Amino acid sequence: MSTTLPSVQDVWDWLDAIPDPEIPAISLVDLGIIRDVAWADHTLQVTVTPTYSGCPATAVIALEIDRALRARGVEKLRLVNQLTPPWTTDWLSASGRTKLEAYGIAPPSPAGGPDRCPRCGATELTRISQFGSTPCKAQWRCDACLEPFDYFKCI
Amino acid sequence: MTQQEALFEFLLRLGDTTLILGHRVSEWCGHGPVLEEDIALANTALDLIGQTQLWLGLAAEVEGKGRTADDLAYHRDAWDFRNLLIAERPNGDFGHTIMRQFLYDAWSSLILFRLSGSTDPGIAAIAQKAGKEVTYHLERSADLCIRLGDGTEESHRRMQDALDALWPYTGEMFLGDDADAVLVETGIAPDPDDLRADWDATVSRLESEGTLTLPDSSFAQTGGKTGRHSEHLGYILAEMQWLQRAYPGATW
Repeated sequence: MSTTLPSVQDVWDWLDAIPDPEIPAISLVDLGIIRDVAWADHTLQVTVTPTYSGCPATAVIALEIDRALRARGVEKLRLVNQLTPPWTTDWLSASGRTKLEAYGIAPPSPAGGPDRCPRCGATELTRISQFGSTPCKAQWRCDACLEPFDYFKCI
Repeated sequence: MTQQEALFEFLLRLGDTTLILGHRVSEWCGHGPVLEEDIALANTALDLIGQTQLWLGLAAEVEGKGRTADDLAYHRDAWDFRNLLIAERPNGDFGHTIMRQFLYDAWSSLILFRLSGSTDPGIAAIAQKAGKEVTYHLERSADLCIRLGDGTEESHRRMQDALDALWPYTGEMFLGDDADAVLVETGIAPDPDDLRADWDATVSRLESEGTLTLPDSSFAQTGGKTGRHSEHLGYILAEMQWLQRAYPGATW
């Protein structure tokens, strides 16, 4: 049994390597749902906030965190589910936004719609539907290249 | 009525309303008029079920008898449910479903905004979370009601029929009772009647922008908040609770 506990920074790095189950292009840390990592005595406490209250990925995310950290040798782990302050897309990391766009998903924009087409970069865009394939996305179409694409809803 | 009893009652009302409405909306899954609407309806239902887990989870905690959100959802009978009657109304056509959603969203966004400042931190946390989701739902349901109201002759007729049919089920949202009074006293929840003016203002868009006529009647069907339901709830529960009744405690 190891006697030195991994540093909080190491744990953050490990969490940053866990892909979001529904949008594997970005990590859980990129998504902004990991709110805190701390040691309480010899128990590692990871605080997670849900994106949407009914997001089916929430249970899978808890499972992935548990599995990844135990594989790294963490023996005592406690996942804390925190509702406030509620998750906002402002918490998406800068690298997360870049990765989303490279993956073909337009990152959230306070203007209420995507800035540009993630494929061709055109700015003439039409909203197809306010909802998409996961709770966090809406469907848009580029009027220039005519490709439909996902937009990460801004909330 | 003690504060704990009132709180349990209040949380059941919120959680049962989102549960039953969420189930109703989920009935559209695979039946939407177009793919985008099918997805939107399923996502809305999912948000409502997620909110249910939070409200009923807190209700179970407040009750303190070791029950869980699932126990409350699957092991109670119709007379134990406290949802607003509007939530159990049958879906009807797409216009009817969207009108029901709009009338509910308009109220829900208001009560959640007020509950965000509740003196009960557990309630405030859920309301802040759910409020964001409902704001988004309201944007869509308002937009569709206005477009279909001010659409073709047929869509206008269907939306007016839906509004007329659902109107008597809206009054219940604003009627308070002893449980509400206890929570108003302690700043946990708003007086239901206080939400009326703002709701009227939101819903008046149906008239000003949607070219529909708001019914001139204040008659309200009541009973949902105290467990007296229409015959529809039993059928919903029969389908929703079937598995847990046949195989209690089943998991996968």
